[in-house]
Order: sequence, then C-alpha cells, then structure tokens
Amino acid sequence: MRIGSADHDEIYRVLEQVLDPEVPVVSVVDLGIIHQIQTEGESIVVTILPTYSGCPALDEIEIGIKSALEDSGYRHTKVKRVLDPAWTTDMITESGKEKLKAYGIAPPTNKALNEAALFSGEKVIECPRCHSKSTSLVSAFGSTACKALFQCDECKEPFDYFKCH
Amino acid sequence: MGISDAQHYQILSLADNSLILGQRLSEMCGHCAKVEIDLAVSNIALDLLGQSRFLYQYLEELTGRSEDSYAMLRSESEYVNILLVEQQNENFAQLIVRQYLFDHYYALHLQEIANNSNDERLIAFAKKTIKENTYHKRFSKSWLLRLGDGTEESHNKTQEALQFLTPYIDEMVSLGAQESSYVQSGEMKDLVSPISDIYYETLVSDFKEATLEWQKPQYHVKGGKDGRHSEHMGYILADLQFMQRAYPDANW
Repeated sequence: MRIGSADHDEIYRVLEQVLDPEVPVVSVVDLGIIHQIQTEGESIVVTILPTYSGCPALDEIEIGIKSALEDSGYRHTKVKRVLDPAWTTDMITESGKEKLKAYGIAPPTNKALNEAALFSGEKVIECPRCHSKSTSLVSAFGSTACKALFQCDECKEPFDYFKCH
Repeated sequence: MGISDAQHYQILSLADNSLILGQRLSEMCGHCAKVEIDLAVSNIALDLLGQSRFLYQYLEELTGRSEDSYAMLRSESEYVNILLVEQQNENFAQLIVRQYLFDHYYALHLQEIANNSNDERLIAFAKKTIKENTYHKRFSKSWLLRLGDGTEESHNKTQEALQFLTPYIDEMVSLGAQESSYVQSGEMKDLVSPISDIYYETLVSDFKEATLEWQKPQYHVKGGKDGRHSEHMGYILADLQFMQRAYPDANW
C-alpha cells in the first residue's frame, strides 16, 4: 500500500500539532525534522532527522508523533531516525522562525552571521523583544543544547538565540 | 545482521570515548565556578552522551545486545576508550586542557571517518558530529588561550595540567594492539595514524599561542584502547553503573 496524497497531507496536518516539548510553540513540521512519511506493510513509518545529538526532547518527540497519529486513527506507526542528511537550522520553516521570534527566541540567522555573532562578538542578532541589533553574546552555550544566551544592550533583557547548526 | 569484530571494535571505541568523557564532564554539573561555564560543560557532556547513544543504538541493531547493556553492564576491561578521557577534573585548567586535546583530535578523526570510512552510518555520524565538535573546539581552545596567556596562576596551573596530560596524547593518534591486528589483516582501515602529524602540528602552534611550554612527548601511557585502564576507571564505572547494577532493567 502506498500513501495517497490525501493521506499524506492529513498525516502532515496531524504532525503540525506535535510540538517541541522544549519550545512548545513550534511543531515538528516547523522545525523541519520530518524527513519522510512512508508505509511499510500496515504501518506508517515517519522518518525524522535528530536535531542535536544529546537533545533529551527527541524521545518525547517520538512519543508525541506516535500518539498523535494513533489518536487520528493510524494504529500502526513507527518512527525512524536517520542522520543523513544531517538536520540543519536551514530546515526550519519561515513560519517556524516567526513563531520562535514571537516566543522570545531569536531565530537562527545564516551561518556566516551566526559565526560572527557567536565567535567574533559582532552585533548582528536582533533582540526578539525590542528589535535592537545592539546585542551581546553572554554564553555560546545556553539553557538547552540548541540555544545560546544573549543580552540586548538597549532593553537589557536577556534572550535565547537558536544556534545555527 | 552480521558484524565483524573489527567493525564492532570501531563503533565501540568511538562510543566509549564519548560516554566516558561525557560522564567526566557531567560530574561538574552544578559545580563550575560560573554559570556560563557550567552551562557550557553540561551542554558538551550532553552532546557527547547523545553521540554515544547513537553509536550504542547502532551496535544494538547489529548485535541484538541492548544499548543500556553496552553502556552500563560491561566490566572495566571491556571498555576500549582512550586513557585521556578518564583523567580527573583536578581543576578547571586540567578540564580545559583535557577537553582541548580531545576536541582537536576528535575533529581530525571525524573528518578522516567522513572521508575514508566504508561504513555509511559512521560517515553520517561523523558529518553530524563535526558540527557539534566545532562548538566544543571553540570553547576549549578559547579557554586554553585565556588561561595559558592569563594570570601567573592560571598560566602555571595550565602548564601543570599540560605536563600531566601529555603522556596520554599519543594513544589518540596511534593504533592500539587490537586495532593494529585488524588493520594488518585488512579488516579495518587505519583512520588514526594519518592524522598524527597534523595533530601534533596543531598542538605545537596552539600551545605557542597560549604561551605554554611544550615538547612532543618522550614517553607514553597507553592501554585504554585494549581494555587496560587507569585507576580512575573503576570509580567512573561505579558511579555510572550503580543504578543498573542495583536495579537491573530499571525503567521509568
């Protein structure tokens, strides 16, 4: 059995409801970690791309995907992880980036800007609260594996920045 | 699925290095002098733990032995990690020098795997891990420079740590006895010796920049790759394995 496009779209709509437990405003679809949806015999196989190796949210995300699909009537589901292609922050959708920003996390910029901000101290990451570009890196490692800690020089608020990967 | 002894060894050695260094770093969680350092060290520990999990899970697929059993239920002599990663968190300087030595070796080794391994899964693992390793390298090198070229006290402590850890360096970039026999019989590619020269060159130039005195080691301490560990390993495992040993197959 192959998944028809109607089924495929419906599964996507279900997955759009599965949120990242660490950043509960973006879905697994927003994050770009859904690599493939296939069928194997009776079961639906969702292949995901792990984000950061040690991310403890991954197990929960898997459980979230399975239970969301089961609630929608897909009885047999499997979640597979593959490392190739490696997930990158470029896979986060535009709407995902907007949601991160609205939540108070500066979304990842492009790689070159990211390196400048994280490692040479250039001020290029915009404060998600007051939109000032005058911000400073506090720590390249933040509250979770995916984030760095910044502070805004204008409004003085600390904020998380989603690291490029 | 079948798996050769050589392939098993290769995956296991990568996994054990990450697991044991991750365990060492996680001992510092909540104990670092500054919260930013604490976050960095814990984050690096988490990355390493995640990397080792991926590799133990890969082994589980190949052999049927469970991931937890690999990580938690082997005896000391069955671990094939290098001796460097077992060394203690004596002080911040020693933690940084150990991390610097490992991160820079690991970067080269991962690149070698990505370019020359025959194992598609390990290649994918290496490519992904290189990205995380880049952050770790920046952290450990920038602190090596700050401490080495810092105050008299930080310089002296870093110099001492470097002296202490230097005998453990060569094990990373030379083959162990088991590895050698796999390479000789053609079952394993040598992805270690080719990086030796460039590794030592990197060390020479970085230590100079950090104003540290250093010479290529004259004597080496080795054995971890063949299951002969330092006196610290037993204590690490006691900590790491306690829960699984006391409550076998414990579950949430």
